[in-house]
Amino acid sequence: MTEYTERLLTETPRKGTADRLRVVWLVVIPLLAILSQVYVPRFISALSYLELPLLITVHFALSRGGPIPALFYGMFIGLVQDSLSHQPIGMYGIVKTLVGYFAASVSMRFDVQNPVVTFILAFFFYFFHQFFYWVLSRALLGETLGFDAQQTLVFGLLNAAVALVLFRLLDKLKVAS
Amino acid sequence: MDFFLSRYRHLTVLLIVIAAQLVLIAYQVKTNNDIPLIRVWAVTAVTPVEQSLEFVRRYTWGFVEDYFVLLGVRNANEKLERENGQLKIENNYLKAELSTADRGRALSVFQARSPSKTLAARVIGNGTGANSRVVFVDRGSTTGVESGMAVVTPDGIVGKVVDAYPTSSLVMLITDPTFAAGVVSQKNRVHGTLKGLGHAECLVDYVQNEEHVDIGEWFFTSGDDRIFPKGFPVGQVTAAPNGKTFKEIYVSPSGMQGGLEAVLIVLRGVHQEIPGAEIASPAYSILPAPTEATAQTPQGAPQPGALATDADRLRAIYKEVGAEQNHTYGEGPPGSKPPDFTKIPSLHGVLPPNAAQAPRVNAKAQPSQPAQAPAPPKPAPALSSAKTDNPPASVGAAAPAGPNPPPAANRPLVNQ
Repeated sequence: MTEYTERLLTETPRKGTADRLRVVWLVVIPLLAILSQVYVPRFISALSYLELPLLITVHFALSRGGPIPALFYGMFIGLVQDSLSHQPIGMYGIVKTLVGYFAASVSMRFDVQNPVVTFILAFFFYFFHQFFYWVLSRALLGETLGFDAQQTLVFGLLNAAVALVLFRLLDKLKVAS
Repeated sequence: MDFFLSRYRHLTVLLIVIAAQLVLIAYQVKTNNDIPLIRVWAVTAVTPVEQSLEFVRRYTWGFVEDYFVLLGVRNANEKLERENGQLKIENNYLKAELSTADRGRALSVFQARSPSKTLAARVIGNGTGANSRVVFVDRGSTTGVESGMAVVTPDGIVGKVVDAYPTSSLVMLITDPTFAAGVVSQKNRVHGTLKGLGHAECLVDYVQNEEHVDIGEWFFTSGDDRIFPKGFPVGQVTAAPNGKTFKEIYVSPSGMQGGLEAVLIVLRGVHQEIPGAEIASPAYSILPAPTEATAQTPQGAPQPGALATDADRLRAIYKEVGAEQNHTYGEGPPGSKPPDFTKIPSLHGVLPPNAAQAPRVNAKAQPSQPAQAPAPPKPAPALSSAKTDNPPASVGAAAPAGPNPPPAANRPLVNQ
């Protein structure tokens, strides 16, 4: 195991720097993400593939120290998303709770400041989010939705690319605690 | 238990949260009820921001967008205006083509129906001169056109050929100040001379102030000028005030009202009858001819065509007396025996024998005679032959003495 690999697996720079987003940003940013999801596609339909609330959840989970705040943060964003949809409340909540928990768990083991790791994690969690939501829809609601894996992979790549830029911007909002 | 919770605290919280949400979903699915509280909160939190964003967008980006849209609209408007102009031009061209085709068809129909021999020609240009109203047509002397020939259209006369060249001819229009032609009005048969005035209207001159000409009355060529055959329409009277000596009758020429493109040159004119007043101005209407039922005259009323004066009746009595005595008036030599007039009955008394054949004036004076004579007398042969195409307007059993048709001028005209 090289020094670089060891550092990737053990160090947690986000946690080390102990930067914290201000509380107000913790509320405003997800709200803006949800707004952008319901508002922007009205004018630019090509941006409907963007899952900004998911990316915000992933970023928060990677930035925070523990899985519990992350899972609650994901649950909060997911429930708001459910409230603005026609689905029963809890579908996105469950999925984003899991995403927040697993992202926070992963962030303890990987150098999430690394762009490659960020890209891979964003892509993975997007795919996981979409797939698990499809599973829940079929299992809990009995919906016979199809799962387009190829399209999900493409959109996952696009969201991962957006996550690179978005995480950079969100990191600049951090303030030293 | 405490060890488990402390060891798997994160996982325990996760399971609890997941389980709570599953219960929430199960409740919604099972009861088919919603959770309005959460939705109301979420919507209340999101929609004001959304409205604000929309407000900002509308007055920032929307304004810019509208600006670019207006730029596009301006370009589109200019493009549409260009297209509209082209379509207008095309429409006018097609209308002109259609009008030309209609005029050409009317010309050919008129040419085929007119008894005069005509030659179709097309106006190819105007003549020079400030006051002259002359045009060139594309038919000349090689096609038989000669100076002095009339030029007409189906609507009326146009002018006359003043110069005939090999391939074209110069036609003086009826609006030229030097133009003149004999005309006659349709209704009142007023004769005059048509003169050009240099503008759209013409003047009918040399009509006495005492003559009666109605506004809207048609004038036709009279044939007096030996250029225009009789019976071609000239135009309608627009004004007819009295002048110092003659009436000032202004006529709107009918031959040039639809534009002047194609004309007919009258190579050999044939006089025609002036049409009846049916095509005259429809400004007034005339009752139709009376039927037989309405023509029946009450007994005792003067019969149309009967002798109306005492002198006429006395002349008839004398003729009867002369016929009885085999005397022919005006043939006897001077000094010969005249007829015996002593047996002449009184004018209002008993009629001489065979006087029943004479026209009667008052049926009350002849109580022995039936009011309805069985056999009407024969009309005068000359008059009868002259009116064979005009049957009497009223031949009733109660009007035996009136078989002669009224004069043409007094015939009732029907305005169709």
